[in-house]
Amino acid sequence: MRVRAQIAMVMNLDKCIGCHTCSVTCKQVWTNRPGTEYMWFNNVETKPGVGYPKRWSDQQRWRGGWELDRRGRLRLKAGGQLSKLANIFHNPNLPTIEDYYEPWTYDYERLTDAPASDQQPVARPRSALTGSELELQWGPNWEDDLAGGPGSLPEDPNLRGLEESVRAEYEQVFMLYLPRICEHCLNPSCVASCPSGAMYKREEDGIVLVDQEKCRGWRMCVSGCPYKKVYFNHLTGKAEKCTLCYPRIEAGQPTVCSETCVGKIRYLGVILYDADRVLEAASTPKERELLDAQLRVFLDPADPAVRAAARRDGIPEDWIEAAQRSPVYALALRYRVALPLHPEYRTLPMVWYVPPLSPLTARVEGPAAAGDPDDVFPAIEQLRIPVRYLANLLAAGDEEVIRQVLRRLAAMRSHMRAKLIGTAPDETHATIAQLAPEEIESMYRLLAIAKYEERFVIPASHREEAGRLVEQQGSCGLDFAGGPGACSPQSPAQSLDGADFQLVELALREGRRR
Amino acid sequence: MRVDAAQTFLWFVLPYLAVVVFVLGHIWRYRRDQLGWTSRSTQLLEGRALRVGSLLFHYGALAVIGGHVLGILVPASATAAIGIDEHAYHLISAVAGTIAGGSAVVGLLILIVRRGVFARIRRRTSAVDLAVYALLALVIGLGMAETLFHNLLASGNGYNYRSSVSIWYRGLFALEDHAALMAHAPLVYRLHVLAAWAIIALWPFSRLVHAWSIPLQYLGRPYILYRRRFRPARRRFAASAAEGYAGARALAASSDMAGAAADGSGVRPVVR
Repeated sequence: MRVRAQIAMVMNLDKCIGCHTCSVTCKQVWTNRPGTEYMWFNNVETKPGVGYPKRWSDQQRWRGGWELDRRGRLRLKAGGQLSKLANIFHNPNLPTIEDYYEPWTYDYERLTDAPASDQQPVARPRSALTGSELELQWGPNWEDDLAGGPGSLPEDPNLRGLEESVRAEYEQVFMLYLPRICEHCLNPSCVASCPSGAMYKREEDGIVLVDQEKCRGWRMCVSGCPYKKVYFNHLTGKAEKCTLCYPRIEAGQPTVCSETCVGKIRYLGVILYDADRVLEAASTPKERELLDAQLRVFLDPADPAVRAAARRDGIPEDWIEAAQRSPVYALALRYRVALPLHPEYRTLPMVWYVPPLSPLTARVEGPAAAGDPDDVFPAIEQLRIPVRYLANLLAAGDEEVIRQVLRRLAAMRSHMRAKLIGTAPDETHATIAQLAPEEIESMYRLLAIAKYEERFVIPASHREEAGRLVEQQGSCGLDFAGGPGACSPQSPAQSLDGADFQLVELALREGRRR
Repeated sequence: MRVDAAQTFLWFVLPYLAVVVFVLGHIWRYRRDQLGWTSRSTQLLEGRALRVGSLLFHYGALAVIGGHVLGILVPASATAAIGIDEHAYHLISAVAGTIAGGSAVVGLLILIVRRGVFARIRRRTSAVDLAVYALLALVIGLGMAETLFHNLLASGNGYNYRSSVSIWYRGLFALEDHAALMAHAPLVYRLHVLAAWAIIALWPFSRLVHAWSIPLQYLGRPYILYRRRFRPARRRFAASAAEGYAGARALAASSDMAGAAADGSGVRPVVR
């Protein structure tokens, strides 16, 4: 057993309101520079829909992630090391800007510069790539709230296995939001695809990063990631991706997307896992068994043997302690309501999702329905369409996994309703949920009340490193051309002097006094 | 044979100047500009024309370089010793050279037209890029002219550059002055060589540096790479809090830059 720690995320899709605050705040922090206009480290997709970039989940087309060869060995779907080198002059699986969208800005100057006329001046869209006027035909979120309509919606790869007539009906009743960031996988195919060795997974917290100095722009990571969450900066010629806001994580703070989430849908916590079992789990023969295989890679931080092994492997005490309070561990393993996105890609993703119950309850409780609110259980069994869709998304097509989770969530709902209106809780609920009443209540507390301290259990950085973190405050984020820090080549580096430096000194002194 | 000072400069001084710029330039660039060391691919902006152009150009150019090794670095006596006489060599070099060179020329033309036609790529083109394209077109065009008019279509065995240009070139490695040999070579050979030295001198300051990053180390590498954020071993803190704290501070101070370099995507501490 080789114990490693990872900061993992769970998103509760039931509470996502599709407001895009996560995307916008992320973009403001990380990708508001020239060359990154088209990048969204975090984006929110309305499902069903083709997503961003278009049809990203169609691995027949993009060949991201892993597959098993005939002898059952794990290999990169796009080909091994030799084939990567052979395709180095042109990557056959790379999406081009049309697959994302042509980024644009607006000609705002015209609003004030236009000469007097009878018409209101209009700020026309201009391409951020060429500067010329652009006819908007696709964008990063063109399908928001199913706005893509019959044009793009049937193209969603996750709709496979659904009949045409069923689809049409289902489009009317069902949609969900899917916020997406880098999955920070246990078995990252982007890292495996990088010929330069510039990508790596951090031992301490599992965050997957691109070393900007070692990246040589071969682009294999972009196509190697099945989630299409590594992007190519066309100005710097290097790859960039979601960093899980590691400067914040190191300081014990949640990522920007989590911190600013209006619906409080995001959870961050430590997962201890066995690095020796990662390959074995990713090589599980049957796709539908990948979920259980990944759960077996996770270690129970309450187990004394695991804690001893973690100490032996250099995991700090506060991390082991945080792992025991981890909301991610609770949702994935204790309550078993969180599921990985597309486990069939075999990357063992570490951003998991609680599937939404609301589309189902809308069906039984909505304006058209007239029935007992508790009829949600039969609804789960009958409504095979959304279940099928969710199964394609979160369970490699295994509908039973989704049904179990939805039943558990519905049981929690019924149990809490009975409790709040003062009727006797139906004991069958606990049986259906396979959870004790106290567990149902603590799950309710975590999912519905969702206190800040319970959603984000991120071990604070070590005291011995605190001085360094203060030093880093206000320094460069990405200090290459057009970087967001104050020290990009356009605006020469400014060290912390004068007033700024005094602040740092004060902070340091403050730290020492404590 | 005696030659004047100008010829000596062109064929005996200039090559070394170009090589000095090449070597020092690379050292400087490698130390100063890791962030800029990339292929600067434009595949994201346009993929279809690149597929044809890039593959033709790169594989053609690699074959051309292989041909130069054979024709320039390997002496005629060596090929003769393994049974390739002058006529056989002429046939091999003319035919293979035309195929490889033709592929590189067509590929480069596609790449140049592509760069001009697509506004997105035109906007990304720097002055250095233009210089690289101009010099590459010049070098490859002149080389193609040699192959076609002095080799493939020439009477007999064509111009025997292995008895002049090759000897001059190999002589440079031994600091031997064979400027006279070059001075009397056909004009197109002299121009080809001069343009080549220009590319050599420009190389470290252009995107051509990506040629030295062909990732052969990828072969046989373990797929998943791990790195540590902070060097100091955490175990030590657990052993003794007080001692660990002091030790960690010292280590943290010494590994400041290392830590920043390891996390290339991110925060670099302000070094005072």
